Amino acid sequence: MFITRNRNIFFTLTGALAALALLSIAIFGLQLGIDFTGGVLVEVSYESIRTSPEVVTDSLRGSGLEEFSLRESGELGYSLRTGELSDEQRDSLAAMFTIGDNEARVDQLTEIGPIIGAELRAKALIALALVLTAILLFVAFAFRKVSKPVSSWMYGLIALMTLGFDVLIPVGFYAFLGTITGASVDVLFVTAVLTVLGYSVHDTIVVFDRTRENLAINQERNRREDFAETAGRALNQTLVRSMTTSATTALALLALFILGPASTANFALMLLVGIITGTYSSIFLATPLLVAVERKFAKGK
Amino acid sequence: MLKKRLAALAIFLVGVTLGWFVYSTQMNDTRPFRLGLDLSGGTQLVYRADLSSILASDVADSMEALRDTIERRVNLFGVSEPLVQTQRGGTLAGETQERLLVELPGVTDTQEAIRLIGQTPVLDFRLLKENVPETALTPETVDEFFEPATITGKHLKSAQLQFDQSIGVNEPVVVINFDSEGAKIFADLTRENVGRSFGMFLDGSPISVPVIREAIPNGTAVISGNFQAEAAKELARNLNYGALPVPIELISTQTVSGTLGAEAVDSGIVAALWGIGAVALFMILWYRLPGLVAVVALSLYIAIVLALFQWIPVTLTAAGIAAFILSIGMAVDANVLIFERMKEELYAGKTTVEAITTGFSRAWPSIRDSNISSLITAIILFWMGTSLIKGFALVFGLGVLASMLSAIIVSRTFMLALGINAKVGVTRFLFGSGTRI
Repeated sequence: MFITRNRNIFFTLTGALAALALLSIAIFGLQLGIDFTGGVLVEVSYESIRTSPEVVTDSLRGSGLEEFSLRESGELGYSLRTGELSDEQRDSLAAMFTIGDNEARVDQLTEIGPIIGAELRAKALIALALVLTAILLFVAFAFRKVSKPVSSWMYGLIALMTLGFDVLIPVGFYAFLGTITGASVDVLFVTAVLTVLGYSVHDTIVVFDRTRENLAINQERNRREDFAETAGRALNQTLVRSMTTSATTALALLALFILGPASTANFALMLLVGIITGTYSSIFLATPLLVAVERKFAKGK
Repeated sequence: MLKKRLAALAIFLVGVTLGWFVYSTQMNDTRPFRLGLDLSGGTQLVYRADLSSILASDVADSMEALRDTIERRVNLFGVSEPLVQTQRGGTLAGETQERLLVELPGVTDTQEAIRLIGQTPVLDFRLLKENVPETALTPETVDEFFEPATITGKHLKSAQLQFDQSIGVNEPVVVINFDSEGAKIFADLTRENVGRSFGMFLDGSPISVPVIREAIPNGTAVISGNFQAEAAKELARNLNYGALPVPIELISTQTVSGTLGAEAVDSGIVAALWGIGAVALFMILWYRLPGLVAVVALSLYIAIVLALFQWIPVTLTAAGIAAFILSIGMAVDANVLIFERMKEELYAGKTTVEAITTGFSRAWPSIRDSNISSLITAIILFWMGTSLIKGFALVFGLGVLASMLSAIIVSRTFMLALGINAKVGVTRFLFGSGTRI
């Protein structure tokens, strides 16, 4: 099997991708959304032309808004993020953006109190921890009967490492996306991460499952085979399935990203990247790692 | 074989009936899908109730009363299908809060919605402590010199605007009537405290502090406080809508305009249709005959899920639509697993029927495991629980279950019902996709 034999090439590629993602996070950073910090987010749009940001900024300052960030959104809109609104300010939001007779419309207004923000932050972290724990337990359980030549907890550990990569790439991508579209880490982002986790662990399990089955068949038939070949064969057998499933899911997500509601566009893109990454890692990372670990074990003996 | 074909026919008919039911009830509006505020347009307000002056044992009652009061106010303004519910939250952030969630579909002006819920006219009554010099009364010392009276705003039954002509000019006053329990308490209170000053407080500030001259047995009190007629009218109105049993504070709002909501619905439908089309086309081109069966299974899956949306009913949000579209892509996964396995069995020289049955049973552990891992995620997400995520998690979870059902039962029955058992080229062509694995 080409991939298991030339695993070092793919380890290098995987490493480079991971480094790129880390670099992206380090350079661009992740901005927490108001879901988690509390605050105000306003989406406004104009009918045909957008008033220039300088003019709008002046108007907002004039209305007593002090700390805010204004960002162009879509073709004809702005998104405004700030800390708090008084009753008067809330009442005159549309007026603040309406300069001359170019009337602005408030499409969306979200205000989140600090306690709710803190609560969501705690919930998101707990959910992440829960999902990771559940997955580790699940993998350990699913592979409890496999012990030769690689022990069952190794499968779990490799699955987790693969998951780490699966999350790292979309997060790195999102950090980069944030600098272009202003996408921030919100509840949907966390949902996307957790969904990617659930999806990719399954992808990895299917490949490992096949390795397990092949090992059992070899034992049954008393066949001696290099582990790299056994695992490579499993990879080969599941390759088409992995790609096909990803292809259908990716097609659906692509439709959602291109044609779907604006509010879920970032979410769809994040899932899309996550699912492609998940497929890549289950093919080019998980099994090659398994083979590499087996080699270490064999040398040790 | 006949049995298998009848079963397939039955499943097919169930699917068509379901689909027709969903379609017709949607078209004639008898059972429309329930849309969340982000799709229908509207406002959601979250209030924190200040229960600092309420005994822990009375919290539940007070929250009930608060909910009822707000619900009455909202109904009075003719908002269709409002939602008012109590929630407890904030524990994870280190401060447990009793909250009130108000959803007002169709109201897309946040400030108007806040006004609609109203400022919180909390009416309470206090007695001036004895031996307090009148000069000592300033706004700062109010809390110090008054003690709570036995009667509270909770006992209020109704209030109306009247004009008091006793001092020559038409002075607007608000006459309040207590309920029967309140009348009794008020009678006792006035009888026992003749000669003391009785303060009426609105939102914590005194509006009038008359002296009790005699016992008032009939449960009526007059608030006179140098009102303008307009202010007195507003007070009477607010009191009538229901005095809030506890003060509330706005902590979160979310408003989506109807235009944006409608756009989201339209683009969601378009995305779903293209998603379904793309996945179906891919499956047929890639897997040929089994692909077609998978598309039938997928159609049934869609009918089941949409029917569940109506029956449960599931409140659809943009995130829910995203979950639905995602699940369309994932729903065929079970079929893919089965078909790949089937193909292997075919290449290994098995007959078509053998290949089908073995393919199904070999693929099952993987299908089960994959669905379990997705369900774990869905359950944890549902627990995370903002309405947005709940919408996603519920649809995702339903999708996972329904897709498992459609793949296992439907695909299997249909594949077997086709009953092709010849090793001829056409069958092989129909069953095997071009790639040799």
